[in-house]
Amino acid sequence: MSCPASSIIARVALLAAVSVTGLLSLAGCFTERQNEGAQLYASHCANCHGDQGQGLQRLIPPVAGADFVAQRRADLPCIIRKGLKGPLVVNGVSYNQVMPGHEDLTDSQITNLLNFLQTHWGNKNQPYTIREASDLLGRCNGSDGQ
Amino acid sequence: MKSSSLFLRAAGASLLIFGSLLPLACSTDGSASKPERLPVLGLKHNAPTSPGDTLPDPVPAFRLTNQEGKEITNQTFAGKVYVTDFFFATCPSICPKMQSELLRVYKQFEGNPNVLFLSHTIDPAHDSIPVLRDYAERLGIKDASRWHFATAPHDTIFSLARAYMTGAQVDRTVQGGFAHSGTFALVDSKRRIRGVYDGMEKTQVDQLIHDLPILLKEEAETTIAAK
Repeated sequence: MSCPASSIIARVALLAAVSVTGLLSLAGCFTERQNEGAQLYASHCANCHGDQGQGLQRLIPPVAGADFVAQRRADLPCIIRKGLKGPLVVNGVSYNQVMPGHEDLTDSQITNLLNFLQTHWGNKNQPYTIREASDLLGRCNGSDGQ
Repeated sequence: MKSSSLFLRAAGASLLIFGSLLPLACSTDGSASKPERLPVLGLKHNAPTSPGDTLPDPVPAFRLTNQEGKEITNQTFAGKVYVTDFFFATCPSICPKMQSELLRVYKQFEGNPNVLFLSHTIDPAHDSIPVLRDYAERLGIKDASRWHFATAPHDTIFSLARAYMTGAQVDRTVQGGFAHSGTFALVDSKRRIRGVYDGMEKTQVDQLIHDLPILLKEEAETTIAAK
């Protein structure tokens, strides 16, 4: 009864203002690094592994729906950092190409990139924390701690 | 004084604009009666032998070896049109994308024996004939007579790259050790370049797929006319 219309309006307005500010500040957190994993894939991996992770015939292995991505989870951070050479088998098909390393990516960028791969295109694997990726990169002296 | 010169400039500018529209209008009119033709591209190094000699130099004579160890020359492509590019087997940057785009063109014209493909390695030291054969097979190319993966000494390859309007050179600073562009060149049966496309751009490769039948039509018409 002691709730005049004006105070309701004020409350709604306040709520709206708060949620807008909340959304804006949330967006602020993510604008630069939103979908960083997908963006890094597009700029660093897609030329060889395909824009949908499909690979190229029997030349370049797929990363989409790839058993290698699940089974070699612990090796992947070092493979991204240092590259890979020599024969390997993915989904029962053997490949033998040179993959270049990516010394230009930070630990957290490698984490975001791998988390994108581990959770997209038919891969349903456990994502990494940055700390875990840094630890795994330590195996090949590849952690830059960033 | 001032305003009149301004007017003159405006008139001049509009003349330029309309003038540049004029030939466009003419060429669109003309295309209705004339069959569609691709341009003849390339560079002219030699002085003209006559006033009418304005065409670019044709693709020079070449002698290469393909993935089966067979010698291939200009004669291999006689009476055919072909698409050419420059790559190397261990190229970690643009080649897989480029070759997957060329594979897309190949698939479109797989059933037409008048369309051939020629990929030159720019790393002949590594890309031996067995390496090229393995590469071709892994790409899914079983018929070497349709898509040649060819090697030759470095100088030959680099000068051919220039002739096909592609950049290729040794560059130790880039991944893989060679800098090259992903250009596809479309060559007709008279050794003339009729189209140049960026093999890294899907839209340009689509343009090549669009242009090939136009060239094939021209080839068919000139063959009939010659008979």
